[in-house]
Amino acid sequence: MRKGVKSIETKHYEERDSFFDGLRKLDRRSFMRLAGLSAGIAAAKGLITPQGFQLISVAEAATPTPSAKPKFSFAYISDSHLYKQELNDRFVRSLLRAVDDINRLDPQPDFVLYGGDLAQLGQKEELDLGKQILKTLKAPVKMMVGEHDWFLDMGEHWRGLFGEPQYSFDHKGVHFVTLMSVNEKDFWTERGMTPMERMQTVAGLDNGLQSRFEVGAAGREWLKADLAKVDKNTPLVVFSHSPLYKYYKQWNFWTDDADEVQALLRPFKNVTVIHGHTHQLLSNQIGNIQFHGMLSTAWPWPYAPEGLPSLTVPMNRTDPFSNFDGCGDGRMDVLESGLVDKLYNLWDRNPVTVKSSYLASSGKQDRPPASKLPPY
Amino acid sequence: MKAISFAGALTLATVALADNSAAPPPLPLGLSPQLYKLTVPQPPTPAQVTLGEKLFNEKRLSADNSVSCATCHDPAKAFADGKPQAVGIKNQVGQRNSPTVLNALFLATQFWDGRAATLEDQAKLPILNPIEMGMPSPEAVVTKVRAIPEYRDAFQKLNGREPSYDDIASAIAAFERTRMAGNARFDRFLTGNSNALSAQEKRGWALFNGKGRCNSCHAGNAVSPLFSDQKFHNIGVAAHKQDFVQLASEALRVVRAGDEEQIDRLALESKFSELGRFLVTRHENDIGSFKTPTLRNVGVTGPYMHDGSMATLWDVVDHYNKGGITNPYLDGGMQRLGLTEPEIDDLVAFLFALTSEDFAALEKKELTAQRARKTKRPERDTAVALGKKGNLGDLAPNPDLKNPADLGLYGPVAAPEK
Repeated sequence: MRKGVKSIETKHYEERDSFFDGLRKLDRRSFMRLAGLSAGIAAAKGLITPQGFQLISVAEAATPTPSAKPKFSFAYISDSHLYKQELNDRFVRSLLRAVDDINRLDPQPDFVLYGGDLAQLGQKEELDLGKQILKTLKAPVKMMVGEHDWFLDMGEHWRGLFGEPQYSFDHKGVHFVTLMSVNEKDFWTERGMTPMERMQTVAGLDNGLQSRFEVGAAGREWLKADLAKVDKNTPLVVFSHSPLYKYYKQWNFWTDDADEVQALLRPFKNVTVIHGHTHQLLSNQIGNIQFHGMLSTAWPWPYAPEGLPSLTVPMNRTDPFSNFDGCGDGRMDVLESGLVDKLYNLWDRNPVTVKSSYLASSGKQDRPPASKLPPY
Repeated sequence: MKAISFAGALTLATVALADNSAAPPPLPLGLSPQLYKLTVPQPPTPAQVTLGEKLFNEKRLSADNSVSCATCHDPAKAFADGKPQAVGIKNQVGQRNSPTVLNALFLATQFWDGRAATLEDQAKLPILNPIEMGMPSPEAVVTKVRAIPEYRDAFQKLNGREPSYDDIASAIAAFERTRMAGNARFDRFLTGNSNALSAQEKRGWALFNGKGRCNSCHAGNAVSPLFSDQKFHNIGVAAHKQDFVQLASEALRVVRAGDEEQIDRLALESKFSELGRFLVTRHENDIGSFKTPTLRNVGVTGPYMHDGSMATLWDVVDHYNKGGITNPYLDGGMQRLGLTEPEIDDLVAFLFALTSEDFAALEKKELTAQRARKTKRPERDTAVALGKKGNLGDLAPNPDLKNPADLGLYGPVAAPEK
């Protein structure tokens, strides 16, 4: 939580206290208003209710101005964390749901970005299952690797299925780069870990054993060489699994050499970074670079206790009753300007669009609809 | 945290609020006096209720004098009609199953899609609906009622003026506010008589709160006696009948284009009414959601679901057992349940135990009729329910769900047979 923000418990207890204090000195009307909460009457009567009971209202996006017209769209699915189906098919079901969503899009996106963490523990069966499901997408798929796909066999099987993890391509005047941003310095050899121990250590998000993610020197060299061929006015869209900035180190919501990578991107006019890994609504802007997090299909992470970019319009706590709440997939509309309007297609909630103009104006314009409930 | 319970606070407040309004009527066993007090701050007077009941049964409120409120909300049938969908004037069939009026006063919203906030608002609409009672306009209703001397006099006596459409609606609502239902076997069980439920019904109650996950939306207890969360959920019923996805994307397109009027027109077309709550809120997430109905008297108010598409409670449990019908807006809480056939029987037995005592004869008749249909199970898909087919629900090891009834939580446990 940022400074000055009360925790959800504090707010809850304050609300409760004021509720009961209020009951002591009441006329009938305000009594009805307070007490109606318990019976669900307030919702129907449209009365003001404390935040804990409020519904989220989502405004429909206005029609874009011609200058901010989408040039083309691509969809994304990310962080499915598949287990073998015999063990757990809940995440399988979620990925199938995402594939159905994307296949239903009309018009179809130009391609689908898969944001990494297809498997939970990098095992052959998990990756094969994921590949089989992603095959059913109508649009072509661009794959990115996540740490859960990698650290069992250091990417051997993933490479066999999907090719090299770092590549670039040009599409309709935009230069796209996919990075492998989840390399880690060797922490396993000196500890004598088996591949599975190494994998499980990396999969445990907040342990002190593993190193921090990085693109690494070799990766940055490759990126430098790739970008050298690109005109500085060409819009640039970078895919990375971990956020390409420093959000929260303890959970590895982090890229250790983010500053060096950002320096390579700085000469370009319009840069957008799309990342996975954080499983939440997340928006950031650093200099000329706009950052968008992707939703997971498997589960939503809570927000880190510190370091949350101030431009993020956070989502509130998700419903534990629902397998799908706070998860989802989405779509990016690449605008004429080369920047990206991003649609979070949240399941069990209303969709949220974070426009590039919102980030470009440092949050002054086009603020996405926010929940009245506290972030979690 | 102040050490003061919610009920305690309410009691304090009610004392502070004591005034000269009529004393609340005796409530049937199981209903909460606090909830009544919140819902009906001023209990209706006998004169209002008498007039309202008369209007409730008044066929002259319809265009051809053939349909009254009671036609679809028949007091003898627990204020429902036993038909899949309501039938209005000229035998026109509507889109919706008639929900019971019993306990409707406690509901936060009226209609399956919650488009009316009060009983008064609700009462006005069926009278004007061309398929239901078919009156051309509120003015026409008022003119017709004013021309009937007994009503003119009654309203004159009650309000000191000629009736308006609002007056007519509030009289009907006053009568409906007296229609409460409790006093079921379950209520006697909950208030300490552990013999009120049979062993099978107790097992059903345990399943209801456990493996069946019914209480996720239909929680019922001493302080929340309705067995409804009063929210709206897409459980896939609407996806039965037509290309629901196509329908939803059409509707979304209209909403995004911002033509609200068009949506209203669409709502009157048959197939679009299947979008449910979405037509009220225009929130994408509400597509195909309908209100969680109260489960009191559920045994005697079939057929089930917003469209009456399920004939028996066995069908309903079958539907949930397979995790509903897949569609893009299916509620995330829906998953397969893996209930076995004996468990389904137990659960249905419990649901029948929610019937008020005054409908005991009707319950018997309905139970027999539903049992007779047990061999016809259109919703049944055991392979999906048990996870042998499809992708619904975790196949992780079953959680160790001990039946609370076996642990003695619902009364003494019979000694195991040697």
